Amino acid sequence: MNAGDTAWVLVSTALVMLMTPGLAFFYGGMVRRKNILSVLMQCFFILCLVSVLWVVYGYSLAFAPGTGFWGGFQWSMLNGVGLEPYNDYSATVPHQAFMIFQGMFAVITPALIIGAFAERMKFSSFVIFTVLWLTLVYAPVCHWVWGLGGFLRTMGALDFAGGTVVHINAGIAALVTALMIGRRKNSEKHIPSPHNLPFVALGTALLWFGWYGFNAGSALAANGLAANAFVTTNTAAAAAGLSWALIEWIRNGKPTLFGIASGAVAGLVAITPAAGFVNISGALIIGLLVSVFCYFAAVVIKPALGYDDALDAFGVHCVGGIWGALATGLFATKLVNSAGADGFFYGNPAQLMIQVKAVAVTVVYSGIVTAVLFKAVDLVLGMRVSPKEEDMGLDLTQHHERAYTVLE
Amino acid sequence: MKMVIAIIQPSRLDDVKEELYKADVHLITVSEVLGHGRQKGITEVYRGAKEMGNLLRKVRVEIAVNDNFVEPAVKAIVKGAKTGETGDGKIFILPMEQCIRIRTEERGSIAIG
Repeated sequence: MNAGDTAWVLVSTALVMLMTPGLAFFYGGMVRRKNILSVLMQCFFILCLVSVLWVVYGYSLAFAPGTGFWGGFQWSMLNGVGLEPYNDYSATVPHQAFMIFQGMFAVITPALIIGAFAERMKFSSFVIFTVLWLTLVYAPVCHWVWGLGGFLRTMGALDFAGGTVVHINAGIAALVTALMIGRRKNSEKHIPSPHNLPFVALGTALLWFGWYGFNAGSALAANGLAANAFVTTNTAAAAAGLSWALIEWIRNGKPTLFGIASGAVAGLVAITPAAGFVNISGALIIGLLVSVFCYFAAVVIKPALGYDDALDAFGVHCVGGIWGALATGLFATKLVNSAGADGFFYGNPAQLMIQVKAVAVTVVYSGIVTAVLFKAVDLVLGMRVSPKEEDMGLDLTQHHERAYTVLE
Repeated sequence: MKMVIAIIQPSRLDDVKEELYKADVHLITVSEVLGHGRQKGITEVYRGAKEMGNLLRKVRVEIAVNDNFVEPAVKAIVKGAKTGETGDGKIFILPMEQCIRIRTEERGSIAIG
């Protein structure tokens, strides 16, 4: 047990917790004013719901030594998850500290999907869908990549802080739900504008701040690797913010706040799997290029194909996540992390193929199971609010509240 | 000269604007208002405190037009705002005494367009 490591992991846990409210504002600012409370509510509801599910059975399913598919139920109610370190996951911090750190990842992942179906999903159905998704998609995928005996971990796939588990996983689920729930009403002619860009900027700032815990905390120790992850994270976010703004400057004549914020988040997504495996030049290239791919996905591909990924959960998290996972296979070096592997540019082309396989497995599994779960809930409860409720907004119709008064 | 005032659903504003442009009516003023007619307001709840029959958000569109533009403007508003549901709104047409363009101090019909 190490006091410094334990302190850093607990502080990182608190940082990652703050990302979910940050995401709530990031997304909340992008929706129309009649729907902001619904987005904040979905995020806060997930924070409460998944926090409870995680200690009851979620952590056990994801991390208990089990089959290759998922962990068992033997750690339910934190049975056997004590205050001593569990050496196979974190040799220097209490097992419960590792558990709660992972819990915050489990909270934010389903919250990321909200961006795809925002402004039109029935709240009760959203709750059921989230429980099912956490259990049957997040827990298994998390186990494969990080759990003892997980087959992607055994295969040697590199995912430092959750590019595959969190971002590709949620991002592909976002595309599937956006396709299945359908476009927002009247959105073909007039794409709804974001109602509060200052909230988007606030949310971006909170996400960026929390991401230090997400990535540097994933070193699970207060050491040089954590510092490397911290520096690569900040560098990639900054480079991606700049390059998104630059793309807009060239294409539209003016850089936008919304653009630089989107770019920064895309950079954070892309560096996530790589943060503890690449050096600063790797981080710069990852950051500079991710905005090109995500911009293309959100601004060119999405309108061309016509799916309504309302807040670009797929365009930023899945596309950025896949680039990050592949880039890890390109730029990883053992000079940064001896427990990692060398990538393509450091004489080990095989690593890139391993990364491709891990991405493909996640996309296929998460995509198919998300579709099945969505269809099941849709058949039983109906996923979408009525057209009338959609017009009036989810704040009033799903929660009987409104965010802004007109008079006083 | 008439003043056309329409109270419509906020979500129909984009379509109403589009129809008005098509009808060559470009000068409009829009404001956000609260109200309800036959459509009852929705009950809101804040920490258990119920607010019954609260007013709903509507959009008010004001257009000053010359007489020959009244019917095209009305048709455009109906086309953009009508869903067939309760709460689609109303259009009021009022006589207008005078219209003055501040920049040039022109008066009457010429000042409208």
